[in-house]
Amino acid sequence: MSTFSTLLRNYELHEAFDEMLEADGNVRPHYQALADYLLQLPPDEMRRRKQASDLSFLHQGITFTVYGRDEGIEKIFPHDLLPRIIRRSEWELLERGLTQRIVALNLFLHDIYHEGRILKDRVVPREMIYTCKHFRRQMMGLNIPRDVYITVIGTDLIRGVDGRYMVLEDNLRVPSGSSYMLTSRQVMKRIFPDLFQTCGVLPVEHYPQTLLATLRALAPAGRPDPTIVLLTPGVYNSAYFEHTYLARQMGVELVEGRDLVVHENLVYQRTIGGLRRVDVIYRRIDDDFVDPLAFRADTALGVTGLFNAYRAGNVTLANALGNGVADDKAVYAYVPRIIKYYLGEDPILENVDTYICSEDDSRAYVLENLDKMVVKAVGESGGYGMLIGPHSTREMQEDFRRKILEDPRNYIAQPTIQLSQAPCYIDGQVEARHIDLRPYVLYDGDKVNIVPGGLTRVALRKGSLVVNSSQGGGSKDTWVLSD
Amino acid sequence: MLSRVADSLYWMARYIERAEHSARIIGVQLNLILDQTALSADDRWRLILECLGNPEIAGDSQDPSSLTRAMLYDPACRMSITTSMNHARENCRQVRNQVSSEMWEQLNRLYHMVRRHAADPRHSIPLEFLLSVDEGVHLFHGITDSSMSHNEAWQFIQIGRFLERATNTAILLDVHFRHHSHHHLEWIGLLRSCTAFEAYCRARTADVRPDWALEFLLLDDTFPHSVRFSVDRVRAALATLTGPGELDERLGRIVGRLQASLRFIDIDEVMQSGVRLKLEEIQQECDQIHVAVQQTYIDYSIEEALGA
Repeated sequence: MSTFSTLLRNYELHEAFDEMLEADGNVRPHYQALADYLLQLPPDEMRRRKQASDLSFLHQGITFTVYGRDEGIEKIFPHDLLPRIIRRSEWELLERGLTQRIVALNLFLHDIYHEGRILKDRVVPREMIYTCKHFRRQMMGLNIPRDVYITVIGTDLIRGVDGRYMVLEDNLRVPSGSSYMLTSRQVMKRIFPDLFQTCGVLPVEHYPQTLLATLRALAPAGRPDPTIVLLTPGVYNSAYFEHTYLARQMGVELVEGRDLVVHENLVYQRTIGGLRRVDVIYRRIDDDFVDPLAFRADTALGVTGLFNAYRAGNVTLANALGNGVADDKAVYAYVPRIIKYYLGEDPILENVDTYICSEDDSRAYVLENLDKMVVKAVGESGGYGMLIGPHSTREMQEDFRRKILEDPRNYIAQPTIQLSQAPCYIDGQVEARHIDLRPYVLYDGDKVNIVPGGLTRVALRKGSLVVNSSQGGGSKDTWVLSD
Repeated sequence: MLSRVADSLYWMARYIERAEHSARIIGVQLNLILDQTALSADDRWRLILECLGNPEIAGDSQDPSSLTRAMLYDPACRMSITTSMNHARENCRQVRNQVSSEMWEQLNRLYHMVRRHAADPRHSIPLEFLLSVDEGVHLFHGITDSSMSHNEAWQFIQIGRFLERATNTAILLDVHFRHHSHHHLEWIGLLRSCTAFEAYCRARTADVRPDWALEFLLLDDTFPHSVRFSVDRVRAALATLTGPGELDERLGRIVGRLQASLRFIDIDEVMQSGVRLKLEEIQQECDQIHVAVQQTYIDYSIEEALGA
């Protein structure tokens, strides 16, 4: 390590897979350009660029909302300056794996809401589906355009200690974060134009256009020039910035529930020129809140009658309703078997070993090893409702033991995985932090589109394995090299 | 454009105009209080409150300093400048991606300036505060006109701004005529409340007479604070929009009638038939326009819109 400048003085190798360095401390070839660049850069220069980047995020208002006070506090999404770099060949493997996964999960959802073959064949236990709180019986037998349930999926990938990519979680409902991928790229291009040229980075800027084309392809039949809108819960939602950003980038109207009306199963938006028909709704609002008639009645966010219009085939919702049954953390354990069942292929991307607490043997093993495992509540996301064994106290473990015994269906456990680590610029030094990767996959029933890159999330606290922005996580730009 | 967006822009503009108007009226009267005139400070505050629609003031203290505090800084007072700025900013926030970033930033700056003063009124100098509100609003209008397309969204800002102004000027004139004040200084104060003193002098010399002041503020077709000018602008903005069906025509008739009544009347006729009557009629017609704008573009019934 002595060959590195003082900038890398604190860079330590641990058990975890390191994205930049090999075990012997040599720089991996695809990180060489970045390492060289850091070496020739005076430390003050890094600090200056960090400031420029932070300022750029502030001025663009790239924020998320932290709840709690009456007004809601807008915070800048912490952004790390150093890119995460992925080789072309590695990326192609991810693309194949993600494509396989979205196609299989989409077939699974269609099957669950139609014949239920996979249940009859006892590949997935029936009670696991019917006890899932995201199962929507209203979707049974309903046909949707091109049978596409999953239009956008944000899959969380991690790398184990041997560097193999694994799927940690599928987000099939309303995955967020693509705006950070796009804005972070814009800022990085301004800050490191020279490095971009040396490295040869594949572009991600076409994501909004691709999303728009995907939504357009899913319009109800007989609507050749569909009107597409983005449905937001409104200005107080934590992802409101992203909603405005994507709407602007796609050139579609940003609507709230109160802007839409349903009449005789047709959906209209209220404009100053009268009511205008709406064909496709990219909804960024949860199933429960979509329509007070069909789902939760105590909400004003959605549109009364929307589900009936959807059922009548007059409007497309993307993503479809009821997708949560396929990203349930217990159903997750069955995804390799789901892929095999529908496609007859072995999964290209592996799952993390998962113990389902409603199964007796697994539960016994989990309760034995609470101090070594990560326990998750199946219905939670955002890093809430989680026990990280090695970082937990005796009381926390006992608390989870009680919870698991009370409601085993609600818990799964996984071995604690040392997420891979990558160089991050922290307080004037380059240090290693744990990261994951969320690429955004688009599916129109015909082809799968994945922009090369995604959101790399960083656990900014030293040693932490939790990357969620609500829990002290940040993001960094993801570069897929053209080689 | 979505009706909700149009509504937010309309109200944003109305509240900004209201803040500017209040700031100037209060500023002019606070200035006059400094002179020895026939009107006491209490009288002047009665006049101010009447011009601003007699809002309820918390507590029973009617002394000038607590009134100043209430009308400038109290967010619980319906017509205070702080309240108007809060509403303006909240409306803008709802449609942030429809206005330019420069507009949002300026309104935000103005809002934070007002909040700073409101948080610590004892260290705020009212006349300076009022001046910076006035300036901040002017800057906002400049930015709006030069950084945003003059599209439907901009037209709704114009409708809100000039409808609010037409109403406010009519009320202001009404109150001044009701008080029958014949002192020269009061009429200068009236003109200053509309930034009209210099423009008036250029048109009429410094010979300030009530009927001439009335004519200038009511019927002048080139001065931006006159009622006629404001109504002209409302009509021009509405003419660029098409609403659904017949409502649109009805709104056109109401505005057209008001515009014609200001264009084809002379001041002697107004004086003969009764100033108060005319001014009250204008206020009512402005209210009708407001209701018709809401019914035509924003709150229309779905059944009618489907029929159209």
